[in-house]
Amino acid sequence: MDSGERKLMQLNKIPKTVFLLSIALFALLITGCYPDHNQSTFDPRGPVAAEQLEVFWWILIGGFIVFVLVEAALIYAIFKFRVKNESDIPVQTHGNHTLEIIWTAIPAVLLIILMVPTIQTLFYMYEAPKTTKPEHTLEAIGHQWWFEFRYPDPSNPEKEIVTANEVYIPVGYPVAINLESVDVIHSFWVPKLAGKTDMVPSEGNFMWFEADEPGEYYGQCAEYCGTSHANMKFKVVAVPENEFNAWLLAQSNPAMESSDPLVKEGAGVFKSAGCTGCHATKTIVNKGSKGRVGPNLAHVASRRDLAAGMMRNANENGSLNDALLQENLRIWIEDPEQVKPGNLMSKGAQVYTDPDKKLTEEQISQLVHYLSSLK
Amino acid sequence: MSTFPISIPRPVHPTGVWGWITTIDHKRIGILYGITAFIMFISGGIEATLMRIQLAGPELDIVSAAVYNQLFTMHGTTMIFLAIMPLSAAFFNFVIPLQIGARDVAFPRLNAFSYWTFLGGALMLKLSWIGGATDAGWFGYAPLTSVAQNPGTGIDFWIISLQVLGVASLAASFNFIVTIINMRAPGMTMMRLPLFTWMSFITAILLVLAFPVITVALIELTFDRYFMFNFFNVANGGSVVLWQHLFWVFGHPEVYILILPAMGIVSEVLPVFAKKPLFGYKTVVLAGAIIAFMGWMVWSHHMFTVGLGAVANAVFTVTTMLIAVPTGIKVFNWIGTIWGGSIRFTTPMLYSLGFIAMFLLGGISGVMHAVSAHDAQQQDTYFVPAHIHYVLFGGAIMAILSGIFYWFPKYSGKMYSEKQGKISFWLIMLGQNVTFFPMHFVGLDGMPRRIYTYVEGMGWEFWNGVATGGVFILIIGFLLVIDNIGRNWRNGKPAPADPWDARTLEWSIASPPPEYNFEEIPVVRSLDDWWATKQGGAHKEIPASGGSGDEGHGIHLPQPSYWPMVTAIGLFIAAYGVVFNDLIVPWGIAAIGLVIGFVGVYAWSFEPVNDPEEDSTH
Repeated sequence: MDSGERKLMQLNKIPKTVFLLSIALFALLITGCYPDHNQSTFDPRGPVAAEQLEVFWWILIGGFIVFVLVEAALIYAIFKFRVKNESDIPVQTHGNHTLEIIWTAIPAVLLIILMVPTIQTLFYMYEAPKTTKPEHTLEAIGHQWWFEFRYPDPSNPEKEIVTANEVYIPVGYPVAINLESVDVIHSFWVPKLAGKTDMVPSEGNFMWFEADEPGEYYGQCAEYCGTSHANMKFKVVAVPENEFNAWLLAQSNPAMESSDPLVKEGAGVFKSAGCTGCHATKTIVNKGSKGRVGPNLAHVASRRDLAAGMMRNANENGSLNDALLQENLRIWIEDPEQVKPGNLMSKGAQVYTDPDKKLTEEQISQLVHYLSSLK
Repeated sequence: MSTFPISIPRPVHPTGVWGWITTIDHKRIGILYGITAFIMFISGGIEATLMRIQLAGPELDIVSAAVYNQLFTMHGTTMIFLAIMPLSAAFFNFVIPLQIGARDVAFPRLNAFSYWTFLGGALMLKLSWIGGATDAGWFGYAPLTSVAQNPGTGIDFWIISLQVLGVASLAASFNFIVTIINMRAPGMTMMRLPLFTWMSFITAILLVLAFPVITVALIELTFDRYFMFNFFNVANGGSVVLWQHLFWVFGHPEVYILILPAMGIVSEVLPVFAKKPLFGYKTVVLAGAIIAFMGWMVWSHHMFTVGLGAVANAVFTVTTMLIAVPTGIKVFNWIGTIWGGSIRFTTPMLYSLGFIAMFLLGGISGVMHAVSAHDAQQQDTYFVPAHIHYVLFGGAIMAILSGIFYWFPKYSGKMYSEKQGKISFWLIMLGQNVTFFPMHFVGLDGMPRRIYTYVEGMGWEFWNGVATGGVFILIIGFLLVIDNIGRNWRNGKPAPADPWDARTLEWSIASPPPEYNFEEIPVVRSLDDWWATKQGGAHKEIPASGGSGDEGHGIHLPQPSYWPMVTAIGLFIAAYGVVFNDLIVPWGIAAIGLVIGFVGVYAWSFEPVNDPEEDSTH
C-alpha cells in the first residue's frame, strides 16, 4: 500500500464534515434565488417555465454535488500533501488505469442520465399542445426597440388586430406565438412563462407558453439589438378568457372620441406634425401586411407602460393613472432621445430634426391630451 | 544566387531598441508578445471597469448607451484576440523551443513577422476608439454589422484588424507546428513532449483549422459592406443565421484555443511543485486531443435559442455534454498529480491550484448551459458572462498568471517576491469570485447581458454593486502583480538555472538562457528528462552564465532582420487603406501598403546571409 492509498483511507473520517458544510453552502447559494423578483427564473407561472426549471434543478443539485466532491478532494489533497521536508521525494506514480477508467465512466453516465429530461423538455417546448386554439395564435414582431403584436381578427379571418408592447393572453390556454423581426435579431423572453426564443428577420420562429394564473408578467428583449437594447421591454397580461375576449373586441375598434377641445386640437397636431407617417391609430390591418414603422397608438392610453416598458403609467395595484400617463407622454414627446437613445423617432421625425418644425409647448400639451384620450 | 536589388546589409548584433526591433530570437519575441498582450489585457480591463462602474447601481449615467455598447464589444474582442491568445503565444514562443531542446523556432523571421503583424492588428483595433469603435458585439451578429445598421468605420476596423490578427495567428501556428514536428532534440519523441508543448501543438492545429472559417465570414461581411453583396442581407435573400454558424464554427474551437494552452501550463506547474510526474500523461494528452476534436461538434450550443429545431438542439445537447467528459478527466488527473505529492506553495502553484478550483466551477456552469431546455432561460443573461469569466478568467488568466510567475526566473533571470506574489494571488482569487459569482444570481434573476442600464425595482441592484466592488479588489491584485514583475525584473535577486527543481529541459540551461539556448543539443531519454537526469545522478553541468551566442562555441544562429517588420508595416498600411479606401485615390493607400509588403517579402526571400561561414539552410 503506497502512501497515496493510505491517505485515501483517511478520507472516511471527513464525509460528515463535508456533508454538513455543503448543506450550509447550498443553503447560502439558494439565498441568491429571488422568486419574488419580476424576471426571476425561479418562479414559473406556466407549464413551459416550470418544466424548464425542473431540469435546471437536476443539473443544479447534481452539479453542486460534483462540485463539492471534487473541490473537497482538491482541498483535502492541498492540505494533506503539503511539503513536510524539502528533500523528500514522493513516489513517482505515473498513473492508474483503473482509477482513470472510473473517473471517465462516472461523469459519462451522469451526463447521459441528465440528457434524458433535457431532451424530453426540449421536444415539449417545440410543439404547442394539440388543444391550442387557432384564435390563440399570435404574432410577435421585433422592432428596434419595441414589440409589435398581432391577433387574428375573430370576425374576419383576412384581418389582424395590431397592438404594441403589451400582450394580453387568456389564462389556462396554451398560446402559440409566431416570432418575426423587421430589422435585427431580437429575442422574446418572459422568464416566468417561458425561456426565450429569438426573433430572426426573414427566418421566423415559433414558441408557445401558457399562464396558470392571471397576472402581469415582465418580458425583455434578450438578444443584443443595438443602442437601446436595454430599453426594449414588454408585458404579458394574463386574464380570464371572457376578459380576454372583451379586451380583444375593444382593441379591434378605435378609441372612443372625446369632445374635449384640447383633444381635438391634439388630433390635428398629430396629423400636421407628421406623427401619422409612422404611427397608426386604427388597429385592423390586412393579414400579413407590413406594419408601420412606429408602435400602434390606437389604445396607447390603455397600456400600463409607455415606450416599451420604459415608463410606468399605472399605480402599484396595476390600475391606470392618467396623471402619470400625461407626465410620461410629455417627457417622451419633449425629448425621446433622453428616454430611449438612438430611437428612430428622434433621428427621423422632422419635429426633432428640423429646429423650425420643433413642437411648441402648446402643441405638446395638445398632443399629450390627445394621446392620453386613446383608451 | 541572385540578390534583391535593394541590398540592405543584414543587421549584425544590433543593440538597444534596434536589437529588439530586428530580433528574430524566439525568447525576445516571446517577451515582446507577453508585454504587448499584457498591456492589451490592461486596456481590456479598463473597458471592463468602466462597464462595471456604469452597472454599479440602477440608471447610472457614467457612460452613454452608445459608449457602453462599444465598451463591451471592445472588451470581448480585446480579451480574446489581443490578450489571452497572444499571452499564450508569448509562452509558445519563449517556452516551446526550450522545452524541446531547440535553438530557435523553425522559421525565426516568420516568427518576428507574426509579432509585428499582431502588433499592427492590435493597434488598429484599439485606435478605432478614436472615431467610434464597433458596437456590434465581439460576435458581430448580422445584421447589426450591416452598413444600414452601422454606417461608421468602427465595424470596418473590427473586420480588417481581425483579418490582420488572423494572418499573425496563422503564421505563428504554422511556425509552431513545424517547430514541434521538426525541431525536437534527438530522443524527444512525441510521447515525451512536455505537456505544455503538447497542448500548444494541439492549439496551433486548431488555430490553423479554425481561423480560415472566420476569415471567410469576415470576407463575406467585407463584401456585403463594401461592394453591396448580400450574404447577410435578408432583404435580398441572404441569411443572418449563416453568420452565426460561421462565427461559432470558428468561435467554439476558439474557446479551446484559449483554454488548452492554459491547461498545458497547469500541467507543467503541478508536477513540479508536487514533485510528482503528471498523473496519466497519456490520458491527459489524449483528452486534450479529444477536446480539440469534439470542439468542432458543439458550435450550435451557442445558438440554442435561434430556432434550429428540437432535433438539432438535442444533437448539440448530447455532444456538448459529452465534451465535459475529457475535460473532467483532466481535472481528475490534475488532482491525481498532487495526490501523494509533496506540495510547495509557491505563487505559480497557488495560481495553478486556483485554476483547478475556478475552472471546475466554470465547467459545471458550462454543463448547465448544455441543459438546452433551461438554456432558453440562461442564454444572453448574466449567467453566461458568469460562466465565461470562470472559464476565461478563473481558467485561462489564472493559468497565464501561473505561467508568468513559473517562468519568471527563466525569462528575466531574476526571482520575484514570493510574499507579494502570494498576496496578489489571494486578492485576485477573492476579487474574481466577488466580481463574477454574483453574475450567476442576477442572470437567473432575469438580467439580460449587454444592457447598459437597468431600472430600480428589478432586484438587480445589490449583486451588481457587489460585482463592481470586486473589480477594485482585482485591480489591487493586478497592480501588485505588475509591481512584482516590473520591479524584480530590474532589481530582483539573480535566479539560478533551476530554482524549482523542475522537470523539463528549459530548466537545464542558464536563467536567462543564452541566445543559442543549448550549448550542446541535449539527448532525451525519457519523459521529464531533466528530472530523470538529476535523479539518475548523471551529473550534467549547468552553464554558469549565458553568452551572446557566437563566442567560441561555433554556434551559428540566424541573424536579425528588418524585413519581417517591413512586411508587417506594409500589411498594416494596406489594412488602413482598406478602411479608408476612398481617401485621395480610391484604394491608393491599400496599394501602397501592399507594395511595401511585397518589397518586404521579396527582400526577405533574398536576404544576404552576411556570414560566409554560415550555410544558408535557415
